[in-house]
Amino acid sequence: MSFPKLWSFHGGLRLDGHKQESTRLPLRAARLPERLVFPLLRRDGRLAAPGAKPGDRVLKGQLIAGGDERLDPPIHASTSGRVRSIEELPLPHPSGLAGPCLVIEADGEDAAVEIEGLANYREHPPEELLRRVHQAGIVGLGGAAFPTAVKLAPAGRRIDTLIVNGAECEPYITCDDSLLRHRADEVLQGAELLRHILHAERCLLAIESDMPEALTTAERALREGGFDRIAVVPVPAIYPTGGEKQLIRVLTGREVPARGLPADVGVVCHNVGTVAAAYRAVVLGETLTSRIVTVTGRGVRQPQNLEVRLGTAIADLVAQCGGYTDEAERLILGGPLMGFALPSDELPIVKSAHCVLVAGRGELAGSRPAQPCIRCGACAEVCPAQLLPQQLYWYSRSDQLERVLDHRLFDCIECGCCDVVCPSHIPLVQYFRAAKGKAIAKQREREQADRARRRFEARQARKAEEARERAEAARRKKENLEKSAVPEIRQAIERARRKRAEKTDQHATSDTPGRS
Amino acid sequence: MLALLAVCLLFALFGLLLSYASRRFKVEGDPLVDKIDAMLPQTQCGQCGYPGCRPYAVALARGEADINQCPPGGEDGVKNLAELLGVESKPLDTARGTEKPKAVAVIDEAACIGCTLCLQTCPVDAILGASKFMHTVIAAECTGCELCLAPCPVDCIRMAPVRETAATWRWPEPGAVRP
Repeated sequence: MSFPKLWSFHGGLRLDGHKQESTRLPLRAARLPERLVFPLLRRDGRLAAPGAKPGDRVLKGQLIAGGDERLDPPIHASTSGRVRSIEELPLPHPSGLAGPCLVIEADGEDAAVEIEGLANYREHPPEELLRRVHQAGIVGLGGAAFPTAVKLAPAGRRIDTLIVNGAECEPYITCDDSLLRHRADEVLQGAELLRHILHAERCLLAIESDMPEALTTAERALREGGFDRIAVVPVPAIYPTGGEKQLIRVLTGREVPARGLPADVGVVCHNVGTVAAAYRAVVLGETLTSRIVTVTGRGVRQPQNLEVRLGTAIADLVAQCGGYTDEAERLILGGPLMGFALPSDELPIVKSAHCVLVAGRGELAGSRPAQPCIRCGACAEVCPAQLLPQQLYWYSRSDQLERVLDHRLFDCIECGCCDVVCPSHIPLVQYFRAAKGKAIAKQREREQADRARRRFEARQARKAEEARERAEAARRKKENLEKSAVPEIRQAIERARRKRAEKTDQHATSDTPGRS
Repeated sequence: MLALLAVCLLFALFGLLLSYASRRFKVEGDPLVDKIDAMLPQTQCGQCGYPGCRPYAVALARGEADINQCPPGGEDGVKNLAELLGVESKPLDTARGTEKPKAVAVIDEAACIGCTLCLQTCPVDAILGASKFMHTVIAAECTGCELCLAPCPVDCIRMAPVRETAATWRWPEPGAVRP
């Protein structure tokens, strides 16, 4: 399949790639760790239900947490061993906070559960394939960890193009590159599988033009495999071409609406790693138990890509890459632009962790003191979302939430282009993240208040109803007594009436003399 | 004569139009009260001196209450109310209480005697239990109003600050000290 034309998106930057450092050594499997840690905190803040208790023996690929919830695919044991505990441990999260984790002690046997694959998946209904993708725990491996099965079921919308994202645009990261170099066939098989599920007419595999080896292997695999509905498309190495909306724009010229989904314009986009994992899940019956992680930066002796079991400690990976150099200064999970600093290396690799960057002294900008904004507008020129970062910054700083939202704060993809070009070294993205956090917190508070109001009002209504019912019951009882045919009751009522009348008479007579 | 008739006719016409408009575009309830009520934190704690947020909103709309009587709303709340009502902002009336970090009630279940007194006071039905059975707080629904503390005869209810988790955590502004 040929592919003639490319579009371009607004802004973006040509950055120094720093890709060759980690691609000198070939991809290899990391050592089997002795202890694996699986965080149980889900995206929505609730906890995934553990599927195993401390003391249980688990096999590789066995479900250990989560289950049927659509937005939270399950987690599986990444090797065989015994569940040691469920305890609070630090999470690989920008907050550095701890959360409940399930800890497995590996037994070294690496025994796996047997799940039969569907080699002839075309004979099975799409629902069955989607269920398999979900149950294998497949999420987006490009960094966002969004459940893949959800993206593959775009309710009611017709999808004509499946985009497989191999445009690994952030500097230093090469895990997609090495996957394409070593297992391009798996990626293409996976692309064909997803195209089948989506009933898409064509599939575009986008690879950045500065990844020539990946391009060559992908093209060779394409020719050999005879995938006639798939095209390999070299895209320019401009950061952030690999951003979902940017890539869709570059390949199809279509603009995903703000707050909309790619499916709204007939496109679905998946990372190459995700696609390969979906293939292994459906066709080979493997659950998601490992991923490729780039360990790089001047702070590590032998930068390289490793196939890592989920739950492996970062310290373990660094040790397998020759350990830290004397220069090592900052530990970052993710890339230099969109990643976040980690307080320690005793943190587990999770599904979304694609890169461990150990920055050497002065390797990354960012810690320079910020100067006042001079309104040069350089940030607006590079913003791929066509926002006005200087205005956003101004309103975020002065806490004018309404105005920030008016300037489409939530369209910011936090790519960090504005940070890079800012001559005053203002950490703009962090201001935007803080403002987003505030807006979300405010929204949550509002929702909670609304719920409290509803509960309060429901309680008031219930109380009023109860009081009314009580009064009604009392009145009915009295009426019934009065109407009663039993002579004793009638006599008793009469007696009581007489007594009351006498009393009032007495009062009246005893009052009169006093008054006169 | 004709002029007089025309004017009368016009008057009648406008009268009809106005009466139609007043019926067609009638606003149910008091929009100002709703606006104020939407701004209040809905803790239903009664620290303002009114039995709930809505009664305080009604009093504010009538001009009977002051804008600085809501401690859970805090200084920000006072500022917002001042803006909405077009009056000068003022500091929170600390005699009524102070702004506290969000907390939820926790019942020491071993000490609870099942008297149902807290159940009856909770303004949002966030305590679950029955007579002579242990009670417990539905943490997600608790507004932290502290109204259940006083009636408990065995003092087994305490306020526990809401713990920050990785899911509720928000990026701090640059320059802010990271916890």
